[in-house]
Amino acid sequence: MSKTRLVVVGNGMVGHQFLQSLADSGHMAAFDVTVFCEEPRLAYDRVYLSAWFSGSTAEDLALGQIDQYRAWGLDVRIGEKVVEINRDDRLVVSDKGTTLSYDKLVLATGSYPFVPPVPGHDREHCLVYRTIEDLEAIKASAANGRVGVVVGGGLLGLEAAKALRDLGLETHVVEFAPRLMAVQLDDMGGALLRAKIEALGVQVHTGCNTQRIVDGERCVHRMEFADGATLETDLVLFSAGIRPRDQLARACGLAVGERGGIVIDNHCRTSDAQIYAIGECALWDGRIFGLVAPGYAMAKVAVSGLTGGEEVFTGADMSTRLKLMGVDVCSIGDAQGRTPGAKNYTWLDESAGTYKKLVVSADKKQLLGAILVGDAEGYGTLLQYMLNAIELPAHPETLILPSLEGAPAAGLGVAALPESAQICSCHDVSKGDVQRAVGGGCCSVADVKRATRAGTGCGGCVPLLTSLVNHELESLGVEVSHDLCEHFPYTRQDLYNLIRVEGIQSFEQLLARYGRGKGCHICKPAVGSILASCWNDYVLDPKHLILQDTNDTFLANMQKDGTYSVVPRIAGGEITPDKLIVLGEVARDYNLYTKITGGQRVDLFGARLEQLPAIWRRLIDAGFETGHAYGKSVRTVKSCVGSTWCRFGVDDSVGLAIDIENRYKGLRAPHKIKFAVSGCTRECAEAQSKDIGVIATENGWNLYVCGNGGMKPRHADLFATDLDRETLIKYIDRVLMFYIRTADRLQRTSVWMENLEGGLDYLRDVVINDSLGVAEELERQMAHVVETYECEWKKTVNDADAVKRFRQFVNSDQPDSNVVFVEERGQIRPARPEEKAEPIVMVG
Amino acid sequence: MPAAQQWIHVCNIDDLVADSGVCALVEERQVALFYVPDQRRVYAIDNFDPVGQANVLSRGLIGSEGDCLFVASPLYKERYCLDSGVCLDNDAVVLDTWKTRIDGDSLLIDPRPRQPVAMRKAV
Repeated sequence: MSKTRLVVVGNGMVGHQFLQSLADSGHMAAFDVTVFCEEPRLAYDRVYLSAWFSGSTAEDLALGQIDQYRAWGLDVRIGEKVVEINRDDRLVVSDKGTTLSYDKLVLATGSYPFVPPVPGHDREHCLVYRTIEDLEAIKASAANGRVGVVVGGGLLGLEAAKALRDLGLETHVVEFAPRLMAVQLDDMGGALLRAKIEALGVQVHTGCNTQRIVDGERCVHRMEFADGATLETDLVLFSAGIRPRDQLARACGLAVGERGGIVIDNHCRTSDAQIYAIGECALWDGRIFGLVAPGYAMAKVAVSGLTGGEEVFTGADMSTRLKLMGVDVCSIGDAQGRTPGAKNYTWLDESAGTYKKLVVSADKKQLLGAILVGDAEGYGTLLQYMLNAIELPAHPETLILPSLEGAPAAGLGVAALPESAQICSCHDVSKGDVQRAVGGGCCSVADVKRATRAGTGCGGCVPLLTSLVNHELESLGVEVSHDLCEHFPYTRQDLYNLIRVEGIQSFEQLLARYGRGKGCHICKPAVGSILASCWNDYVLDPKHLILQDTNDTFLANMQKDGTYSVVPRIAGGEITPDKLIVLGEVARDYNLYTKITGGQRVDLFGARLEQLPAIWRRLIDAGFETGHAYGKSVRTVKSCVGSTWCRFGVDDSVGLAIDIENRYKGLRAPHKIKFAVSGCTRECAEAQSKDIGVIATENGWNLYVCGNGGMKPRHADLFATDLDRETLIKYIDRVLMFYIRTADRLQRTSVWMENLEGGLDYLRDVVINDSLGVAEELERQMAHVVETYECEWKKTVNDADAVKRFRQFVNSDQPDSNVVFVEERGQIRPARPEEKAEPIVMVG
Repeated sequence: MPAAQQWIHVCNIDDLVADSGVCALVEERQVALFYVPDQRRVYAIDNFDPVGQANVLSRGLIGSEGDCLFVASPLYKERYCLDSGVCLDNDAVVLDTWKTRIDGDSLLIDPRPRQPVAMRKAV
C-alpha cells in the first residue's frame, strides 16, 4: 500500500504536538510526511518565552529535536515557508521554489501579534513579542534604552513586561481597557493584580488609548494618548492580542471567518476535506483559541481523523492558571459572572494580598467560574467542580475562605471526580486515562507521566495527579509503601524527625525503638547520614562504622578494581604551588593515576586499601584535609577567578567560594551537594548547574538553588537577588538544612525541588519569610555542624585502631594479586580481564 | 568419606570488626570474614565479587532480609547470603563459603570450601 503524502505547514507548539501525536498513534509509517518550518529553528516553547531573558537558551526552550524528527522519518524543511496552496492539483509551493504534492495537508500556521495601526507604529524600536528573533531584537533595542513600554495589559503583555523589567528597563504597561487582564479578571481582581505589579516596579496605565508615536525629547519616542497625556520611551512593545495567520488559506479560497481564522469543523477539517487546520490559525464555532491546550486537543483530533479515528473537538475550557511576575493569577470559566442569575462570593484580604471569587449558579449548586489572585491554592479543586459539574457543598464560600484552625480542608477528593474529569489540560489526560495507565501496570507517578504525558506540560496538575495515582494504586490493593525498607516502616523524613526530636544517637537505639531485623544496605547508610547531619559524630566511631558504605568506611572512593581514589580538599579550586607539588610527589611516589576533576580538584586513582593511611598522612602533614569526595556530603565549591584578577569580575568569587566551602565542608546530606560561585554574569563557574549557585551582581550576590548537571540536568532556580554576604549565608544555611530535613534518601536537590509541593515559592516562603517558624532552628542546626567539623582523615591517621582496618588481609601483608595495572598515556590504568589472563608487563 | 576436619588459625577475634567485614588469606584464597557478636559467629565467604570481578566483598555492608543475613557488594550492590553464599538477586550465582570456629581469642577456619568448586557457576 502506498503511503499517504502528508504536508504539515508550520512547526510551532501545535505543529510539533501534531507530529508527536501522530508518532504516539503508531501510524507514522503510513505517511510520507514533509514539515515546513518557516522559522530558522524547530518548535520551541512560546509559553515560557520570557525565560529566555532570565537565562534559558533557545535550546532550553526547544520542543522539536531534529534527531527525533529524523527518527520519525520526516522530511523537515527548516527556514522554508509555504507561499501558495494549489487545491485543484493538491500542490504546495514554497518560497524556495519547491513544489510538493499532497494527499492531506495540515495547516498549523499559528498567529501573529496584532499591532494597532496608530501613526508611528512602524518606527524603529517598535517591536512585538512572539518569536526568539523578536526577543533578540528586544534585547538589542533595550541595550541602548532606559525606558520600555508594553502596549497591552493582557496575559502576553504582562509576560512581555516581565521581560523588559528583567532587561533592566524602567517598564510601563499601557492598557486600553480599564483594568489589567480584562478578559480573565473582574475589576477587583484587576486592581489587586495592578497593585502587586506596581509594587514590583512596573508602572501601569489603564484606560489609555494610544493616538500616535512621535519623536521624543528625553527618549527615542513620545507616545501620545487620547486624553492628552504623553509618555516618553525608548522601546515600544506591542502585545495587544493575536490574529490568526490565515493568508495561505484565504489565497486558495478556503472558508475563513469575518474577522479572520480558518473555519474548521468538529474534526478540524477546513472547507476542503483534504485540508486540516489546527491551533491559533483555526476558527471553530466562531472562536479562536489563543491558548496552547486547545491547540494540542485539535492536533490530537486531526491525527485521529487522518488515521481513521473518530475523535472530535468540542471546544475547550479557557481557564488559566498563570504566574505573572511571581503573582499567581487564575481565572476559571465565567469569571465575570455573565450567566443570568449567577451569584458571586468574594473574599479580599488586602493585608495578605489575595483575592478570591466564586461565581455560582442561581441555585448555588454549580460552580460557573472563579478568580484567584495572589494565591492559586484551590485552583485544581475549583476547576474540577466547574468542568465536571460536581455539586457544590452546602456552603460554597468554604472553598475560598481561609481555613480556620480545626476546620476540615475544603479540597475535593480524587475519588469524587468522574472518570471523564480532565486531570492534565496540557495533554488532555482524563482521570480514566490515568486509571487505565495504572491498571495497565504503571506503579508510580513517574510511570504514569511517561505513559500518558500527564503532568509534563505546565506541571500544574502534578499534585492532583500524584494523589490520583496513589488513590488508584491503593484501590487496586497495591500498598503504596513509603517505608524506607523492611526494617523501618517510616520514610526518611520520619526517621530524621524521630532522630532529631528524640535525640537518638545511634542506629542501635533507633532500631530498638522503631525498627526490626538487623538493618540493610538501604537503611544503614540512610540512618548513618541522618545521624551525621544531626550530630556530626566521627563516622568511623565503632557505633557508626557499620552503617557506612565502603566509600565512607575507608574515606575514599572505591573504583572498579577495588582500589580507591584520593581527593584532598582544594577549597574554591585555589591551591599554592607548594601544595600542588606535594600532590604531584605523592602521586608519583605511590604511582597513582592523576586527573583533574570537574570540581577543580585533583583526583589520585589506584591507591590500594593498605596504602591509604600512609598517603593521607603525607597529605595531612602538608596541610591538606579530606575532600569528602566519598560521602553523600558537601563536595566542592567551584569558582571563577573573580574580581581579584579578572577584567570583568564584579566581586571576589574565589574568596566567597573558599569561605562557603570551609563553612559547609563535612556536612552530610541525603545526597552529594555541589556549589559554585561566579564573579559576574558571564558565569564562568557554571553556578546555575549546581545545587547551590552564587553569582556576583553590582549590588551583591544572586543565589540560585537546586540546579544539577549530571544525568538529568536542571537549570537552577533564581532564589533571591542582590544579597549581602550575611543574608546569603543565612539563606544557604536554611535551604540546605531544610533539604536535609525533608528530602528522600539519595534525592538530589534538583529532584527534591521538582517534588516539593509548592516548589520554589514554597521554599522561598519557608526560607525568606519563615512561614514555618523554623528558620532559626535550621540555622542553629547548621551552626552545630559547622562548629563540630573535624577532618576525618586527620582523626583517622592518628587513631591506631582505625588504621588497623586499612589492611587487605588481617593475616598477611601481601597485596591483592587481582589488582593489576598496565600503562596508558604515561600513567597506570586497571588491566582488563584479557590483559590479566596474559603474561604482561606489570607496572607499579 | 570426607576427610577429617582440619582447623587452622586465621587471626584473633580482635582483628575482626563487629557486624562488619575483614579479609583473610587462607591457602591462597581470599576469604571475607563477617563477625556477628549477637550470634557469636563468624561467617566466611569468598571475597571475590563475580559481577564486579574484584576482591571486595569483605568491604560490603551487612544486612538482613527476613532471617537471612547478607552482604551487599560495595560495587554493584548484589546481595549474597552469608550462610549459603547464594546471590539473593540471582540464584544462579553461588559463592564459596567456609566453616569457622571461635576458640577463645582465636578464629579457626576449615580451609576447604563448604561447597564443591564445581557448583560455582560463572556469571
